[in-house]
Amino acid sequence: MDILDSFLVRAALAGLGVALAAAPLGCFVVWRRMAYFGEATAHASILGIALALSFSTSILAGVLIVALLMGWSVSTLSGRGYAMDTLLGVMAHSALAIGLVAVSFLQGVRIDLMAYLFGDILAVSRFDLLIVWIGVLLVLLLLWWRWSALLTATLSNDLAHAAGIDPRREQMVLTIALAVVVAVAIKVVGVLLIAALLIIPAAAARPFAGTPERMAFIAAGIGAISAMAGLQAAYIFDTPTGPTIVCVAATCFVLGGLLNLLKGRVAG
Amino acid sequence: MTLISAKNISVNHGNAIILQNVTLDINAGEIVTIVGPNGSGKSTLLRAFIGATPLKSGTLTRKDGLRIGYVPQKLHIDPTLPMSVARFLSIPLRVSASAAKDALEQAGSGALASRQMSDLSGGQFQRVILARALLGKPELLILDEATQGLDQPGSADFYRQIESLRETLGCAVMMVSHELHVVMAASDRVICLNGHVCCEGAPEVVASAPEYRALFGSGTQGALALYRHDHDHHHHAHDHEHEDA
Repeated sequence: MDILDSFLVRAALAGLGVALAAAPLGCFVVWRRMAYFGEATAHASILGIALALSFSTSILAGVLIVALLMGWSVSTLSGRGYAMDTLLGVMAHSALAIGLVAVSFLQGVRIDLMAYLFGDILAVSRFDLLIVWIGVLLVLLLLWWRWSALLTATLSNDLAHAAGIDPRREQMVLTIALAVVVAVAIKVVGVLLIAALLIIPAAAARPFAGTPERMAFIAAGIGAISAMAGLQAAYIFDTPTGPTIVCVAATCFVLGGLLNLLKGRVAG
Repeated sequence: MTLISAKNISVNHGNAIILQNVTLDINAGEIVTIVGPNGSGKSTLLRAFIGATPLKSGTLTRKDGLRIGYVPQKLHIDPTLPMSVARFLSIPLRVSASAAKDALEQAGSGALASRQMSDLSGGQFQRVILARALLGKPELLILDEATQGLDQPGSADFYRQIESLRETLGCAVMMVSHELHVVMAASDRVICLNGHVCCEGAPEVVASAPEYRALFGSGTQGALALYRHDHDHHHHAHDHEHEDA
């Protein structure tokens, strides 16, 4: 019997993949204060799903295109009279609302909205798994290739310019990586919780890291543990899988914070 | 040899004219200081030189493959970004531990490598940023009010360091400063900026006292006079002049 025949193994591999890609990307989201940007991209993907279904193209393509458009328009519109968080607040929720309305217009297509909003990791097929891992490897390769430039641009746009790095291009790299992660993570945790998978492991890793790289690795570890333990817990307690994974990550964050507090007490 | 040559460059922020028809060459090995009142476009000029701000008109020519070391006025590192001094020195290019140690010593901040950037004092922080800029073996070092937040002896120290760096590395230095008296002594050339180049002095830093006094004295007087003048009213009038044009 093929090991991938088991839906639990497929779910575990999908969860692991998404967690591994989301963690280092999530570090950049945290460092650059782009948390809302991640949220906006994720919410916009509902609109992508609706469009993909109405034009009967692949959902992956629909989500990718809408997520990229979202990233592009936010980057272009920012600095034109609106504060970034206002702009993102408008765009994120509008995209989600328009997507939900658009889905309701789809006739003859029976879609399980809940599966997209909260994920359906237990229904991951072999093909889904393949797509997830292609996306994950793409994102990891992209981050590995651009790592130093991304880090420089994150520190300061001027430092980047002086080193011959175009910060706008690096922003674009992050936008693309974010779109890919959102597209492959929908199946795993759903639209509403993707941002959590980006931000919580990175935030939980912060107190234990002295360098950016270490933070990314620790975040990846926390993400992987959350995915595995969350899947296990969801199986045992019969709870929705995506939210359970996020609950485990949140628990890691709290425990990390407490541990750090204790460490500070002892040191102080 | 000319490292960077700006010809009639103008820069706008929105509708505001920040720089107008600035022509300026930086030659290998010289120390050029930009002085001028607040809002006179000093930082913008530096940012134009590193390519961080688009030109409205004019041309900027760099020597092929020019290596620039940039020390910003202020660098805010987000508290969520863990950054040790050693790691910071390897941005964007990885450097060996011994090269990092050398640069820290050159910048006058040895023994900091294992500290976190967030734990450094203002002076230590500036020196580490300087060390990072030195690691790229710059032909041109650009400093934007690098001594902000340092006390008088601290900044005098810092500029002495810059001078000795020029001696040892042979790099040109282009810097902005408010501390005229401290900086002028260390400069080959002083540019007084107020949206445009108001005047250029060339205080020769030589030992022979009378010449030095003659050159440097008049240079300081001119720049200081303008400086006070601009603080009162000139800057305002200057803006209107451009709006009318």
